Amino acid sequence: MSAPDISGATGLEPPGSKALRRLRALKAESWIMLAGILAIFAALLAFLALPLYALLKKSVEDDKGEFVGLINFQEYFSSAGLVNSISNSLTIAFLTMIISCTLAFTFAYGLTRTCMPFKRMFRAIATIPILAPSLLPAISLVYLFGNQGVIKGLLFGESIYGPIGIMIAMVFYIFPHVMMIMVTALSTTDARLYEAADALGTRPMRVFFTITIPGAIYGIVSAAVVAFTLTITDFGVPKVIGGQYNVLATDIYKQVVGQQNFSMGAVVGLVLLIPAAFSFMIDRHVQKKQVALLSARAVPFHPKPHKLRDAGLLAFCILMSVFLIGILGMAAFASLATFWPYDLSLSLVHYDFDKVDPNGWSSFYNSLKMAGFTAVIGVTIIFLGAYMVEKGQNFPKLRGLFHMLAIVPMAVPGLVLGLAYVFFFSRPENPLSVFYSTMAILVVCTIVHFYTVSHLTMLTALKQIDKEFESVSSSLKVPFYRTMFRVHVPICLPAISEVMMYLFVNAMTTVSAVVFLYSPDTKLAAITVLNLDDVGDTAEAAAMSMVIVATSITVRVAHGLLMRGLNARHSAWRE
Amino acid sequence: MKSGILKRLSLSVFGAVLAGSVFTGAAMSGELIVYTAVEPEELAGFAKAFEAKNPDIKIKWVRDSTGIMTAKLLAEGKNTKADIVWGLAATSLLLLKDAGILEPYAPKGVEKLNPLFVDGDKPPSWVGQRAWIASVCVNTAEAKAKNLPIPKSWADLTKPVYKGYIVMPNPASSGTGYLDVSSWIQMWGEEKAWKFMDGLHQNIGIYTHSGSKPCKMAGKGEFPIGVSFAYKGAQLKAKGAPVLTIAPSEGVGWELESFGLVKGAKNAAAAKKLADWSVTKETNVIYNEAYAVVAYPGVAKPVKFFPPDIGKKMIKNDFLWAAKNRKRILAEWTKRYDGKSAPKKK
Repeated sequence: MSAPDISGATGLEPPGSKALRRLRALKAESWIMLAGILAIFAALLAFLALPLYALLKKSVEDDKGEFVGLINFQEYFSSAGLVNSISNSLTIAFLTMIISCTLAFTFAYGLTRTCMPFKRMFRAIATIPILAPSLLPAISLVYLFGNQGVIKGLLFGESIYGPIGIMIAMVFYIFPHVMMIMVTALSTTDARLYEAADALGTRPMRVFFTITIPGAIYGIVSAAVVAFTLTITDFGVPKVIGGQYNVLATDIYKQVVGQQNFSMGAVVGLVLLIPAAFSFMIDRHVQKKQVALLSARAVPFHPKPHKLRDAGLLAFCILMSVFLIGILGMAAFASLATFWPYDLSLSLVHYDFDKVDPNGWSSFYNSLKMAGFTAVIGVTIIFLGAYMVEKGQNFPKLRGLFHMLAIVPMAVPGLVLGLAYVFFFSRPENPLSVFYSTMAILVVCTIVHFYTVSHLTMLTALKQIDKEFESVSSSLKVPFYRTMFRVHVPICLPAISEVMMYLFVNAMTTVSAVVFLYSPDTKLAAITVLNLDDVGDTAEAAAMSMVIVATSITVRVAHGLLMRGLNARHSAWRE
Repeated sequence: MKSGILKRLSLSVFGAVLAGSVFTGAAMSGELIVYTAVEPEELAGFAKAFEAKNPDIKIKWVRDSTGIMTAKLLAEGKNTKADIVWGLAATSLLLLKDAGILEPYAPKGVEKLNPLFVDGDKPPSWVGQRAWIASVCVNTAEAKAKNLPIPKSWADLTKPVYKGYIVMPNPASSGTGYLDVSSWIQMWGEEKAWKFMDGLHQNIGIYTHSGSKPCKMAGKGEFPIGVSFAYKGAQLKAKGAPVLTIAPSEGVGWELESFGLVKGAKNAAAAKKLADWSVTKETNVIYNEAYAVVAYPGVAKPVKFFPPDIGKKMIKNDFLWAAKNRKRILAEWTKRYDGKSAPKKK
């Protein structure tokens, strides 16, 4: 089946001819495969690696684009105000990490290790924050704990504008992410360990610290890393409720948008990249170790009823749910109250966005369009990429390299990615600059920003499909792409739908990745929330956030229904 | 090095292209790109009124706070996508004129305007439209509940009784914030003015991004006192908020919302039409709906809920001085007050 090999006949092999020979030996479908891998690889290079390089370059240039070495960094580190932000950012991220991990662990413990009722409901409630832009909890906190706040007494005179507000809003915003990792960590345990402990009469405390915690430790570290990274890189929360408490994320915005000082913005961006990349590496390291934790002989754990424990954790989960629903509910009420706090009659006046912003409702339609494109185009590229990594037959090195590149976006904060795009795509000599200030660049940036999680989800789904399909189809001389469409795509439909929903919801809510990239024609709803809050139209900002939440919920319900339908149809196959 | 944060605003070609291309909305004929700092809720009305007279032109607003618009325009330089800058502080337009971004043009009928409102050069590079005037918005209901005396002067605002109750716009991003700071320095001289601001800083709850937010916060009672401008206070009062708008006794700063054409604009013809429209008596009547002082003499009627004596309290404002010293003052302000303080305890 291989192409006739003629290069050896000459006896004079030019250097690299071995590779050439190997290329010639490829089948036609392998060429398609190679072209596909190269295309996606080139896209990731152009839309991730090169922009990041442009950011790095900008940080050592002056305003005129001349190389100036480390002068910008020197200037940065000699400015007390800016350096202060580093310690502010680290403090906030560290404390938020501790608090959110404690809460999420307890919550997840309730879900996985007790016999309390309503577990499914609690789980659904815990994912509410994913549906909202991070600005929403911050806005909501102003209504709850601000100077006119309904329960401001709980702060004992402390101001919500500052570190306290940032931390509470952050705990809300990152809770689902941390909680889900904790649930996974606590679910994968071996019941035999507990049976042994029980047989030996070990006290519960000891069991908890010698079995439960060590068993979940990798997940806990992973959750802590995610909490830290999400907190330090988020921009919406400190922008709305940070008051005079400056952090790295708001500094980038101030430098770039407020002062139009792009070089300094690049420097702050790189400073922000360090903790994010560092925690990312910790996470990778931990995940590698986790693989061998569960042996094949492990017995799944089933909690036994325990009155006191179950009641305590039920109470905790109820409290936590009240917190989560309370934040969302407050925002909903704030958006409906006619004139807070003096006229609390309900009306829809604040939903008349065109009255207060020239881009009002049109920014919402832009968001819908952007999120739709992101979901459809994103899932296509991500599926193909994951397919080639997992099911590709040749070019193992290239596939490995591509997989590594696909993991990188997780370590890059949205704000930094967006800024890198500005530097890379705005240069007129760059042929890709035609994308600049179009909807396309927003879509591309969002896909890249959320690439890693989608890629990994898809990879997991593909891994579950037996390799036999490829060997059978190959021996039947069916090209891989036909098998892919007939076998892999249908089987992966749940994962495809999952990734589409993930991309759509994130595209609706993201602010940080796109805040430097939008133009008047492509302004997004989440950006409008930010602008409305900036000019003091807080109720309208809350209203627009609620519109985003409603959209996300609709998409999620649609996804749920689709999954139910799919499961019904495929149940025969799955059994 | 201390001016590090407020480093020279970039005028480079790179910066210009970069920021400029954010708005490649590609001016097709008939589409007029207007950079503005006018309050967003007013924009739709202005566009409608203008487009009714010029149905072949469609206005595309690019709106942000004064400070940000100014920085953006300076960074974009001659490569800006704007056809016209409309409703931006005269101080900022002076900076743009210096940077060679503006195209001098005498709109039809400009001679009828109050000459104090128009650039002295012939033809003028910028033309003032209406004045916005500093004021203090006080929430009377909250003041009563908290037993706060109604402040009468700027000096009153530094009294310890107001600790944590005052909000003010950040002058680096807000034009209203800058006109306050500039007016204090013009009235009292540097030393006394900075001393006053040190005292005021002790009472500030937070500094806001925009000039209207302090008044809106005062309206909701979030912070009972907002350093803002008269129009916003009057508008909120008209909507039913318990807001009293006060013109402090020492005098109040003010600024001219002004327009200027951009050199090499893609749609220069349409920009001129907007300029001509903007100086007509009719348009000045529209300006007067919200602002008490407009460029066309004899048009202005008192605006409801404005402080009655505010006209007399307007200081002698030296725009040229304010423009020349803007960068230095903002750098000093940022160094002193931005991010240096923890939020105030109540």
